[in-house]
Amino acid sequence: MSRDLRMREAQSAEGLAPGSAALLLPEPSDVGVETGGRPIRSQWRFVLRRFLRHRVALIAALFLIGFAVFAVVWPHVSSNGVNPPITRALSAHAREGPSWSHPFGTDQLGRDQFARVLDATKKSLVIGFGAAALSTLVGVIVGGLAGYYRGWIDALLMRFTDLLLVLPTLAVLLIIATNPNPSFFGLFDLPPATEVGGMILVLAVLGWMPMARIVRGEVLSLREREYVDAARAAGASGPRIILRHLLPNAIGVIIVFATLEVGLAILEEATLSFLGAGIQLPDVSLGNMITTAEDTVGTHLAYLIYFPGLVLFLLVLTVNFIGDGLRDALDPKSIR
Amino acid sequence: MSDPVLELEELAVEFSVDDGVVHAVNGVSVHVDPGETLAIVGESGSGKTVAALAVMGLIPPPGRIVGGDVRLLGRALVGLREREYRKLRGADIAMIFQDPLSSLNPAFRVGDQIAEALTVHGALSKRAARQRATELLDLVGIPQPEVRARYFPHQLSGGMRQRAMIAMAIANSPKLLIADEPTTALDVTVQAQVLEVLRAAQREVDAALLLITHDLGIVAGTADRVAVMYAGRIVEDAGVDELFTTPRHPYTRALLASLPRVDAREGERLQVIPGVPPNPLALPDGCAFAPRCAFVVDACRDEVPALRAIEDGRLVRCVRVEELDGTPVGEDTPAVSWRA
Repeated sequence: MSRDLRMREAQSAEGLAPGSAALLLPEPSDVGVETGGRPIRSQWRFVLRRFLRHRVALIAALFLIGFAVFAVVWPHVSSNGVNPPITRALSAHAREGPSWSHPFGTDQLGRDQFARVLDATKKSLVIGFGAAALSTLVGVIVGGLAGYYRGWIDALLMRFTDLLLVLPTLAVLLIIATNPNPSFFGLFDLPPATEVGGMILVLAVLGWMPMARIVRGEVLSLREREYVDAARAAGASGPRIILRHLLPNAIGVIIVFATLEVGLAILEEATLSFLGAGIQLPDVSLGNMITTAEDTVGTHLAYLIYFPGLVLFLLVLTVNFIGDGLRDALDPKSIR
Repeated sequence: MSDPVLELEELAVEFSVDDGVVHAVNGVSVHVDPGETLAIVGESGSGKTVAALAVMGLIPPPGRIVGGDVRLLGRALVGLREREYRKLRGADIAMIFQDPLSSLNPAFRVGDQIAEALTVHGALSKRAARQRATELLDLVGIPQPEVRARYFPHQLSGGMRQRAMIAMAIANSPKLLIADEPTTALDVTVQAQVLEVLRAAQREVDAALLLITHDLGIVAGTADRVAVMYAGRIVEDAGVDELFTTPRHPYTRALLASLPRVDAREGERLQVIPGVPPNPLALPDGCAFAPRCAFVVDACRDEVPALRAIEDGRLVRCVRVEELDGTPVGEDTPAVSWRA
């Protein structure tokens, strides 16, 4: 506010009749941001704007959305199924290279590789986002409790986290994923890893620890802020402070890390499928398609391994680019 | 006179640190009557904020209450279970912090924060709480309250933020308001406004106010009674007029004499209190002010003087109070009223 304006305000305040209601409380000499009646920009509006300016991330996001929409819509518009009945007509088109009618070619039985890759992509995306969401949930709860309460709760939760972190991930994942009848400590049955839901569980079991550590670190620093004291002085309980005051301020870090976990989960799923655990044929996944086509490298059928591989590569790349863009957009110190 | 809202009785708070034990609050007895404003003044480290946090039951570790009692409306609070204490905080006792920017959650709209203070304690619906939050913002003189309620803290000026904090503090009509240096972080031009709002808010909910400050100017304009703290003890407890016109404890006298004066002669130097505050890890055996006191005698160093009542209910912790007069200490300071 300019000095002149302030002085004018001060003068007009003096001009008020004594005893009028306005004198009951002093008129504020400064009010804060004047928006002139425009709606107030929330933090998220700024974040969105900064993200949209991050060209690589924006392209990656459009690409990923395109992937997802295409994977969902394609089976409804295409006559080529994932596992069509093997007929003579189908076999007549076996081992055909990429063409307009079969963009990714056909496999040894004449099935359209494009439809199969899209179906596998859909599963990869569901597993990737599902596992990341579940890992984030567990990680946020563990990290939030450990960081806020400290003391023995912190020690117990974090030592358990460390314990899981030092396990050889791939070996343990393989053991869990190959269990045909998984259950929750014998209490109730869980879906096996050959199903999408089961695969999400398997990946989340060993996927939440980095998130827990990050959230704990963030909460440890945020809990020393004065507004936490103020919340405590207003009578807020521990869980309420964690949920309403700490996590909303850590949301940027959580979102960015969760995004990167999506890419990691997609890769892990593909690895497990490639090694024979996880989604089993005739259901397709990017991993088991690559396994099936393993021996085509160097032959004219190599497109059978290149296309699933390329899609896997692009999926992980786009997800990571989106993570980068979100990190820049959510960073308040960012000058973009 | 009705029963006091708050009583501290020989309250003692210690912090065990690596180098020993810090006696932050060392037997503080003070009371606040209904509707009264008591200012606790003292320099940094005198224990005034720790005393306030002890009332809230929010002394940070490794600090702990080692003796004495805190009574709110006659109810003993020391040793109260956390769950019980939580019901009092924000309901019967509310606190206003020093820096309103860091005390408001940056991820929350101010209206929602005030509404939360209401829903933590009341059975108010979200909608009713929002409505009440807007009324409270209006009450503390924030223009266009329904618009400002949707602001984030960073969009408000310092004075507006502190008004919002005051609105939050009186949301549940507490019996006792504690304001810890409420204007220290503010621009000088808005300090007076915020104090006026604080007093209006106090009157609105008919609460007692415990004002923690080191600013004697604020004390003069706001408080009814003043307790002066030094090294974790109260050294003088008097009505605001009496304290400023006839300070009786040598520390109070030296403090008042050290204030810069408008009517000082040109070239006149500011009065200072010689020496430094005592090391809180090793307080002297006797009067903590003895090493810096201009009137020290041997008796001062033997044992801690008692806080004794002298005329008209004033309490002074000095063995020589009867023989010393009540002028600010300064070689040639004229004894005049300090009341603004």
